[in-house]
Amino acid sequence: MIAWALEPLRYGFMQRGLLASLLVGILCAVVGCYIVLRSMAFLGDALAHAILPGIAVAYLLKVDLLIGALVAALLVALGIAAISHRGVIREDTAIGILFAAALSLGVALISRMKSYAVDLTHILFGHVLGVGVRDLWLIGALGAVVLLVIVLLFKEFLVVSFDPVLAATLRLPAGRLRLLLLVLLALTVVVSLQTVGVGLVAAMLVTPGATAYLLTHRLAPMMGLSAAIGAASAVAGLYFSYYGNVPSGPAIVLVATVFFLLAFAFSPKRGVFWAYLRRRGWRNRHGGPEGPCAGQGPLRS
Amino acid sequence: MADSLEPARLELEGVTVGYDEEPVLCDITLQIPHGAQVAVVGPNGAGKSTLFRALVGLVPLRQGRILIHGRPLGSHQDCVAYVPQREEIDWRFPVTVADVVMMGRYGRLGWFRRPRAADRRVVQRCLKLLGIEDIADRPIGELSGGQQQRVFLARALAQEPHVLLMDEPFTGVDVATQEAMLSVLEGLRTEGVTVLVSTHDLSLAAKRFEQVILLNRRLIAYGKAAQVLTPEHIAELFRGQVLFLEGAVVFDQCCPPQERTRGIQR
Repeated sequence: MIAWALEPLRYGFMQRGLLASLLVGILCAVVGCYIVLRSMAFLGDALAHAILPGIAVAYLLKVDLLIGALVAALLVALGIAAISHRGVIREDTAIGILFAAALSLGVALISRMKSYAVDLTHILFGHVLGVGVRDLWLIGALGAVVLLVIVLLFKEFLVVSFDPVLAATLRLPAGRLRLLLLVLLALTVVVSLQTVGVGLVAAMLVTPGATAYLLTHRLAPMMGLSAAIGAASAVAGLYFSYYGNVPSGPAIVLVATVFFLLAFAFSPKRGVFWAYLRRRGWRNRHGGPEGPCAGQGPLRS
Repeated sequence: MADSLEPARLELEGVTVGYDEEPVLCDITLQIPHGAQVAVVGPNGAGKSTLFRALVGLVPLRQGRILIHGRPLGSHQDCVAYVPQREEIDWRFPVTVADVVMMGRYGRLGWFRRPRAADRRVVQRCLKLLGIEDIADRPIGELSGGQQQRVFLARALAQEPHVLLMDEPFTGVDVATQEAMLSVLEGLRTEGVTVLVSTHDLSLAAKRFEQVILLNRRLIAYGKAAQVLTPEHIAELFRGQVLFLEGAVVFDQCCPPQERTRGIQR
């Protein structure tokens, strides 16, 4: 068993890949809690796809691809905020427009570059084994900044997410805090690019957060648990990838999904399995999980 | 802060509020003395919520100005507390009762600061005041309607406000909660907190509040309950949707189902 666990770690690229996945798993899971609670899953996906033209332009200009991705993600985040700011266009509409536009631009640019076609699957689904030492530093540094901001502004983000009216009453700069959250999300998406890819970042953002939501009823424990689930999915997923010869991104996301399904069925208070048993009258005869909110509905969509 | 020594006086001068073309509130001028307890009465869509939202600075004024302690809105940090309607809250959010009440302290804490023992004491006191200390660790999604309303009043009290605004706090709550909240308001009178409560329950306004504002897009009347609640004013308030039947006032309004039973007032 130990030999089985250590075998992949003989390779430097696997060590780096594991560390990168772990960092990204934790980062996405923590930031993702806000995405889950504010029903912004669509936004995470949009930001991820918006990165595509940034990468293409960076490639053409021969600058670092991550920088291109970062600039594109930030531009789209600001663009969404600007379009929906006045309230004439709703935020989800603004996201839809910019998401499709950026994705189209990205595909158009990349399809013009014949040499680039090989790497497209790497961008879409991740190429964790290609993570270099420099990438690792970048992921670590940006991830640390994002997590530090979340810890420092924990109560401000809590109020802005839970009760915008109170935020306004307390004279918190709600607009700027929301924008900052968008920027943190953009950074997270960029950092996750190499591990899980454009197509699957949204899953890494949402799935661990939704799993933790089913198991706790306070935000801080939800974030901690989400981080643990993200980390466990990353490690287990990478082993799955190594031994099952599956791309790393899908492997990690599949493991995270298994965690979610287990929580969805067996969460002590909200599990659908217990709800099913209760409907069958099992609890009357044998006792079972208690709680006035047991059997409450699933997450709001 | 010097403000805490001054009376909590609320003044509106020619306030007009509107989101789009047509104003929701038109030319409202009012002066509410410090420590007054006022019921704001009007039919649905009369602009009661909009008035409150204007008072906390959530909607911009088109005309006029709002003064608190003689100073314009925005120059006070945590003077005004607002208890929103229950429908406006996301009850699925992962916070406990104590977490929500603690949010009332955030305005005084300032950036980057964690709650201290003094804040926790205030939270405990407010929880006790509303009789919800034993559900402090429950997630808000598990509460009954009455408990939910108590939590948000406790949070508003934790803000230690000079002006307290409550938007339809008695809609859909049990009698025990209504009485508990009214007795808390009674206690606030001695502390000189100015309280505005919106309701469309005319009899509650008449019986339990010393002052009444009748509002329907514009100010119809403001003053002592007995003087304000006349048949003429009420007819004007409900704009011909009323019928006078031998001492009873019947008004016909398209209400949400839980409010329909209140259609008849004596």
